[in-house]
Amino acid sequence: MTQKIPIRIDGELIEANPGMTLFEAARQAGKFVPGLCQLTGVASVGACRLCVVEVAGVNRLLPSCTTPVQSGMSVVTQSPRLNMYRKMVLELLFAEGNHVCSVCVSNNHCELQALAQKLGVNHVRFSYRYPKRAVDLSHPRFVLDHNRCIYCTRCVRVCAEVEGAHVWDMMGRGVSSRIIAEMNRPWGKASSCTSCGKCVQVCPTGALAERGFAAGEMVKNPQPVTRLAVLRRSSL
Amino acid sequence: MSASMSPTKVRIATAWLDGCAGCHMSVLDLDEVLLALAARIEIVFGPLVDAQHFPKKVDVSLIEGAISSQDDVTLAKEIRANSGLVVALGDCAVTSNVPGMRNAIPVKRLLERVYLENTLTNSMVPSDGVPALNRHVVPLHEIIKVDVHIPGCPPPPAVIASVLTQLLDGRRPELPALAKFG
Repeated sequence: MTQKIPIRIDGELIEANPGMTLFEAARQAGKFVPGLCQLTGVASVGACRLCVVEVAGVNRLLPSCTTPVQSGMSVVTQSPRLNMYRKMVLELLFAEGNHVCSVCVSNNHCELQALAQKLGVNHVRFSYRYPKRAVDLSHPRFVLDHNRCIYCTRCVRVCAEVEGAHVWDMMGRGVSSRIIAEMNRPWGKASSCTSCGKCVQVCPTGALAERGFAAGEMVKNPQPVTRLAVLRRSSL
Repeated sequence: MSASMSPTKVRIATAWLDGCAGCHMSVLDLDEVLLALAARIEIVFGPLVDAQHFPKKVDVSLIEGAISSQDDVTLAKEIRANSGLVVALGDCAVTSNVPGMRNAIPVKRLLERVYLENTLTNSMVPSDGVPALNRHVVPLHEIIKVDVHIPGCPPPPAVIASVLTQLLDGRRPELPALAKFG
């Protein structure tokens, strides 16, 4: 039997397993920590910054999905300061892309939209950028709408780690970043794509969707993919 | 106050900028709540009444729609100057929403595409009696100070009812958990 690691989360004493992240320990203890890039069973990258927490003795906020538990840690998951930054992150995500919820295939089934609702983001204080972004309709079964991408890279990781195809990658920096298939080819031309649809199911927004859906019709189910990812991991 | 005197009604204005009128429809969808509100409010401007000019001393103005033209800017500023509280009603006013989807396309190119390339007869870009479009559509709060934001496309009647009721009770309204974008 492995030795448990004692930590405090919001004052509560938790026994975490070695190798766990703060995110996993908090969720296991029934705490709500928001997250858009974190995906169970897949490597964490700390892309979205929504899961930041306060750790006693550390000045800056730490992303809980990439911070391993350490004995004696004392963590705060809810505070006015955290809420302020989490809301700001969401607002910046909305301002950066073209997230027009009302006409999105994922309307009412979107993790970004749901999180904004939960955290009480009712308007965006930053100027919207209105970037000109493309929609890739080259794949026979799926659609990639760059307007709605938040660069969480769940698709990249799921494709590489679970499907083993590694079709997706990130290209560019800053505001010109985007998701690309293979070496920046149209998705339909990417010969390494197995059309398994795992990326679509785990995409938190309407950026990846199945073809032929109108606004609000795309309902995703990431559970089979995350279950597979967990099983894959435990058999390593 | 003596019981015989009717209490002063709260003066409410509504406005319809660049939007589809869906938010106004959602206000009408308040159904029987409207009857309860009617006793306490007077609608002094907007598509629901006949006023030609924006009146002075309005208590609460509900604005639907994004800012797309100079006319929208002018009206929004006039509303702000004459209103105690300004409420951005719905996603177009709050985020620019669907009207804002034209922002990546230059106006000239947009008008040509819609009115010239997509038509078979009478191809012309309208100019008489319609305001010229601004380069960018923006949410209301980028032009004037907004006191309350009600997201939604349209906002559910229950959310509008909740905010209006709180405002009439003299409280700074808290949005119900039901309120969301889209």
